[in-house]
Amino acid sequence: MSIILETRDLAKSFGAVTAAANINVTIHEGEIVGVIGSNGAGKTTFINMVTGYLKPSQGSILFRGKEMVGLSPRQVTREGICRSFQVAQLFPELSVLENMLIACSMLGGNLFNPFSPLKTKANLQAAQAALDDYLIGEYAHAPVSTLPQGVRKLLDIAMAMVGRPSLLLLDEPTSGVAIEEKFGLMDTVIKAVINSGAASLFVEHDMEIVSRYATRVIAFYDGHIIADAHTTEALNHPQVREYIIGSELHREQAEGVRYAAN
Amino acid sequence: METLLAILIDGLVYASWLFIVAAGLTLVYGVMKILNMAHGSLYAIGAYSAASLVGWYFGSGHPPWGSFALFIGGAVIAGMVTGLIIERGVLRRMYGRDEVVMILVTYGVLLILEDVTKLLWGVDAYFAYQPYGMIGRVRFSDLTFAGYDLTLIAVAGLVGFALWYALNRTRQGKLLRAVIHDREISLAMGINVTRIFIVTFIIGSALGALAGGLTAPALSVAPGIGIEIIILAFAVVVIGGLGSVGGAAIGALLVGICRALAVHTYPQFELFIIYGVMAAVLAVRPQGLFVIARARKI
Amino acid sequence: MGSDRTPIFLCAALLLLLVVGLFIPNWLVFLFTISMAKGLVVLGLILLMRTGLVSFGQGLYYCLGGYIVGISGQHWGITDVALVFLLVVLAATLLSSILGLLLCRYREIFFAMLTMAFSMILYGILVKSEKLGSTDGFIIAQATLFGWQPEVEASGTWIFALAVIITLVALLVMHLYFRSPMGFGGEAIRENEIRVEYLGVSPRRLIYIKYVVAAVLAAFGGAITAVAAGHVDPEMAFWATSGEFVFIALLGGTLHVAAPLVGAFLIEIIRTIALDLAPYTWQMILGGSLLLIIFFLPKGLWSLLPKRREEEGL
Repeated sequence: MSIILETRDLAKSFGAVTAAANINVTIHEGEIVGVIGSNGAGKTTFINMVTGYLKPSQGSILFRGKEMVGLSPRQVTREGICRSFQVAQLFPELSVLENMLIACSMLGGNLFNPFSPLKTKANLQAAQAALDDYLIGEYAHAPVSTLPQGVRKLLDIAMAMVGRPSLLLLDEPTSGVAIEEKFGLMDTVIKAVINSGAASLFVEHDMEIVSRYATRVIAFYDGHIIADAHTTEALNHPQVREYIIGSELHREQAEGVRYAAN
Repeated sequence: METLLAILIDGLVYASWLFIVAAGLTLVYGVMKILNMAHGSLYAIGAYSAASLVGWYFGSGHPPWGSFALFIGGAVIAGMVTGLIIERGVLRRMYGRDEVVMILVTYGVLLILEDVTKLLWGVDAYFAYQPYGMIGRVRFSDLTFAGYDLTLIAVAGLVGFALWYALNRTRQGKLLRAVIHDREISLAMGINVTRIFIVTFIIGSALGALAGGLTAPALSVAPGIGIEIIILAFAVVVIGGLGSVGGAAIGALLVGICRALAVHTYPQFELFIIYGVMAAVLAVRPQGLFVIARARKI
Repeated sequence: MGSDRTPIFLCAALLLLLVVGLFIPNWLVFLFTISMAKGLVVLGLILLMRTGLVSFGQGLYYCLGGYIVGISGQHWGITDVALVFLLVVLAATLLSSILGLLLCRYREIFFAMLTMAFSMILYGILVKSEKLGSTDGFIIAQATLFGWQPEVEASGTWIFALAVIITLVALLVMHLYFRSPMGFGGEAIRENEIRVEYLGVSPRRLIYIKYVVAAVLAAFGGAITAVAAGHVDPEMAFWATSGEFVFIALLGGTLHVAAPLVGAFLIEIIRTIALDLAPYTWQMILGGSLLLIIFFLPKGLWSLLPKRREEEGL
């Protein structure tokens, strides 16, 4: 498999705080990579750097051999890297279908055509089909602000996938989603990703999900990568067990308590 | 050399007056996140109250020095009362709305108060010149300055110091700064934000009215003064950075000196230069000179 | 989606207005003309407001349009309406494409303040320009059309006709625009700029285009006002003028392209009546209704009408 993304000595510091350092990641075509690490370990910083939201303090990001550092998020998107967000980034006052229509028109490149309507029959059908692919077609006419988290997350990812990216970065796709819906959501997403042939990298706190969907795992701790290996190997890595999985267990217990309390 | 001195003094006088208006505006924005257009009306109400009190006082033959306490006190009280009415009557119902919506809300209040002042005081100009002459004139080499204008500088200094002291050295001031910094956390910490809002708005209104009262003896009080002043005050506040009292002082000095420079050299640029400075500052530092910008987190 | 009947409705309404204009007294014709002129400015403003941006400085282009008409006639001897309006469009495009470069970086109150500052700069210049009549402004030379000079008595009517045609074209174009992907792009920016950026589109570029279009519409409004009133003055650039445009926009709301027109007409008629009956209550009525609208009808008067399906999201 050929390499699609390669970062070299990537680092980011905010003043005296180092958010990420020595990040060397290589991703191959079609690969599905899980990213783990406690809060503040540098996972989102990594995604933000790759997608052009943050400018790295040093290092380079090569996507299909092309330097991405210095490009804006929209240019990175145009190159074929799309992302989802920890908190779904949608158009809350508009309906699900309108969200999708806008995504299709913007990523599809027919935006600067001021006189053909957005809601043509063809456009509507295409958008509805895209929603159906992610099993959220039934919500098409509901305003986004009324939807449960799980649907928002799916819409967020579905909108990113409209761009037919060759690399999809998912920032905590299951955070805020009820436990019983997490696997269903991941099934839908990963199936779509595999069908499209894109490589994917997802940040996840739930180790069960990581071990079920990822073929490889990258573990972040305190701004550094402490493990990068096949899933089982990485999850059994002693430092990973000590620093990450241990704290995730605490986190799950805490969440469990919260659920019980509710 | 003399022109330079004249520019400096004129600039300082103008800056002092601007600072008193702008300080109230920026304080209210800092605490409540409301860019209060009705601040102009409060200024007008202060000016009209002062002017009519001066007129009444000198007509009734009391010792002239007493007029100062009366017109300044009258303006401040008028401002406080109006401020209380605006806050309790209108703003209270609109809290939590978008900042731009709040501008529109206060714009509505401004329009209403414009007509209220016309109904109360009529449309003819008021002249309350008597206190202006009482302080006499001061000579620097060949230049003379009105003592009243120079006193204004001292008053502005006093207002600035009082605000600084209240915000930094008193318990209430610290609470206020906590609210400026983070409203939600302050609320969670048990700070009575509603009360702080009321008090802030009343102080802000009083400052606007004070500035109006102080100007009343220096120029004619006529309809429209509130509408003119508000944009000047905006310029000052925006230059310094919204919500920063120190910034308002620097903004007032910058605008004051620039305007005096224009008046003494190229008078046709008098207005242009004020908004020119504002646009230039906004272009370079949109958050103003003294406020640190925050990025949105995703 | 069903057929879109709005264009037919717009054509019918304005043609009807044109016919009615022949039979009504001059003052009412003038009122309609001014309403259309202001409606055009507000049409541009709601284009920005749908993008989440409130300009407190559309008076800048309104005034620019007016003064270009005035200066062309008085100083350059150009009175032909077609030519003058072309100049107006050029001037507004030129100025807005320069200022837009800066303004497209600003949002919320900073956008509002900066647009206001620019408008006040023009005001400040005009007030101090004695050649252009300072605060009094100046009288505008009588307009001609392709060499034809209408009689003075009839001038109100043909300027009215001109306004109807310009307004109709503008409304139709904007109606199509609001339904297009680019029109929805504005709402997308208002709702979530970060998502727009990650959909591969530059919000700044879209805002820039919208700003220029809004400027041209405002300049048209100013030009029509100048021709109809026969006079321009710096008040056109004063912030309170821009404030009135914002008010009209809020009154009508952004739900329909015709809303600015209806809003502008309502304002003009109420103003005429109020100034006649009780001169010092006009602004009070304005301010009071502004508060009521913000409080009870945040989407404008248009939201009172029952919603038709195909107009959703328009």
